[in-house]
Amino acid sequence: MRKIILILVALGILATVSAGILRKDSPSSSELILQKLQDQSAQEEVPSVNHSLLSPLQTEFSSPQQVTAACLSCHTERGKEVMASSHWSWERMEYVPGRGIRSLGKKNLLNNFCIGVSENLEGCDKCHAGYNYTNHQFNFSNPANIDCLICHDTTQTYAKSGLGLPQPSVNLTKVAQSVGTPKRANCGTCHFFGGGGNNVKHGDLEEALFAPDRQIDVHMATNGVDLECVACHTAQNHRMKGKLYSVSSMNRDRSSCEQCHTQLPHKKTIINEHTLKVACQTCHIPTYAKAAATKMTWDWSTAGQLKDGQPYTDKDEQGNVIYTSAKGSFGWGQKLKPDYIFFNGTATHYLLGDEVIPDAPIPINQLLGNYDDPQAKIIPVKIHRAKQIYDPNTKLLVQPKLVAKMPGQGGFWKDFDWHESAKAGMASVDLPYSGEYTFVDTEMTWPINHMVAPKEDSVQCIECHTRNGSRLAALKGFYMPGRDANPVVEWLGHGLIILVIVGVLVHATARMIVHKRYKKETQ
Amino acid sequence: MKPVKVYVYPAFERFWHWTQAVLTLFLMLSGFEIHGSFTFFGYEQAVRYHNNAAVALLILIAFAIFWHLTTGEWKQYIPTRTLVMAQVHYYIVGIFRNAPHPTKKTALSKLNPLQKIVYLGLKVLLIPITVLSGLLYMFYRYPQQHQMAALNVDGLELIALTHTLGAFLLVAFLLIHIYLVTTGHTPTSNLKAMITGYEELEVSEPNTRASSDTPEPGIVENPSQT
Repeated sequence: MRKIILILVALGILATVSAGILRKDSPSSSELILQKLQDQSAQEEVPSVNHSLLSPLQTEFSSPQQVTAACLSCHTERGKEVMASSHWSWERMEYVPGRGIRSLGKKNLLNNFCIGVSENLEGCDKCHAGYNYTNHQFNFSNPANIDCLICHDTTQTYAKSGLGLPQPSVNLTKVAQSVGTPKRANCGTCHFFGGGGNNVKHGDLEEALFAPDRQIDVHMATNGVDLECVACHTAQNHRMKGKLYSVSSMNRDRSSCEQCHTQLPHKKTIINEHTLKVACQTCHIPTYAKAAATKMTWDWSTAGQLKDGQPYTDKDEQGNVIYTSAKGSFGWGQKLKPDYIFFNGTATHYLLGDEVIPDAPIPINQLLGNYDDPQAKIIPVKIHRAKQIYDPNTKLLVQPKLVAKMPGQGGFWKDFDWHESAKAGMASVDLPYSGEYTFVDTEMTWPINHMVAPKEDSVQCIECHTRNGSRLAALKGFYMPGRDANPVVEWLGHGLIILVIVGVLVHATARMIVHKRYKKETQ
Repeated sequence: MKPVKVYVYPAFERFWHWTQAVLTLFLMLSGFEIHGSFTFFGYEQAVRYHNNAAVALLILIAFAIFWHLTTGEWKQYIPTRTLVMAQVHYYIVGIFRNAPHPTKKTALSKLNPLQKIVYLGLKVLLIPITVLSGLLYMFYRYPQQHQMAALNVDGLELIALTHTLGAFLLVAFLLIHIYLVTTGHTPTSNLKAMITGYEELEVSEPNTRASSDTPEPGIVENPSQT
């Protein structure tokens, strides 16, 4: 009987240990989901309409507005949808934590790149989904100026120039006859070049995405499933999923990995458990600015230096601009490990007119959340640091006027005069300017969501669960195995073990000496 | 009184002891890697091994408890005040004067008074605390919004620190335990006993238990010819 029990226990333990150690993960639902997604991606989309056969489009268009009118003659309600979207309005009504209901967006928020739209529309309207948005008199309820083609051109010949109008070389008829679902070429024209150059602003959106390999972006890879932007950024009535927290505040309309991959996509339970506190991007985007460099710092205070009375530009060895008279000094980064924060989907912003005291870097936007917040997950971010113009008497960040047609109108990029630029800029947003300015440190937080790496490149356990150099070293308020240790417990524990070892050694040595002496005596 | 070979540790007890020893060492190795003390298996493997070895240990503990209760061996751990100080005195003074052990080891009383106290503390305090904090560690879930979780605990800190402290104490116990193995009749006699089950003990009179076909603890084998 005893032997039988003994054998049973031994077998039980052996089975547990070996099952645990030798276990091969069996194909699970996660693989089936991936197969299903690959299958979906392999379905070719066939448009239901051939626009070149439609009579309203079989005409010579002399202005882009005529094209829009033709579009709206069939798609009668789409104009309203576009006018309700932030691609058009550059603002949206949002609840801002601590501030209440505000209308926020590109139109009225500051950033720490080119600072703000305001008086600079003539430089900004290239990326407005409309025509002639050059000043604040622009009529946002007139659908005639909607630019359908910037998003729906499939010929890749459509391009915008000044005033947000198409370049004269564009064959409007040809473009109008070949409209279709937006491709990455459409989205990328604006979104890859935010901040005035490739990858400048985001760090995870850049021209490498026009035709990336799997290492750059596992989803958009031309040797992968080759997804378009709109595969994730789906839209209903021109209201897109996905938005950026430099210009929005609320936890809604977000595009997420879970849309396709479900909430618990991993084979291993222990990794699925991480998804409660860790966003997918945190492990699956180990580096950003993978191909081109992204702008990490922007020092406006050095702007305005001239050589022989002329503005000039300096570049580093990689060809990144590190100084230009119009904008100041830049710092760049490439193949960067992100910073990490807890984020619950809501954000606050510096709103024009907010008084701030610059004893620490001023957050231009602030993504909210902490460990104790059940909605919050760890996400990777890029933090862009800048020195930008500030009025020490009114304690306001200054909206400068940068763009001007002529010298003498206060445009910094023409006159290189901060004082005039601040005066004109602040007047344009109805805010006071004391006549004195200085430069203060500011920070902006940009979530990193794109350029997902192949799974074999994802962040490994030890990169966070480690005493030294943990990716999450900066995150506080919780205990993380491997990273954290309580100094008291460590001292007690190590002290005890050292004490025991010393005690044992002393005792053993004494015993041996005594034993030898005793042996001698008995002999 | 002659030293006679006595069957002190029955098969299950030896099996339990050595399996526990191996599992504990393995848990220490993988556990302190998870703690961040060193790198050996690799973090992911260390976690996996640690969790599996923990399950194995739980199975072993379940059988060990059953064995202790059914055989009455649990009575070995009832602490006694008598001779505790004598035992302490022996380790501090007597052992250096070649004094005899203050207590006699017999099959019915394998543990000296100090061992009784320490092992009882180990069994009812240190191991349960470490095992329970380990179970909480394993089944701990972050506070969740929409799903029911087995345990909603605000943070891991208290659980982890208790488990770590338990681990340090167990390491300390293990070191002392291994050293004190050498303080038997000869430096290796205790070790041999735990391997073979037999130990040469000084017996005043043959103590017998109900005999059966298998050797029972306490049955005197043929006294070795000396």
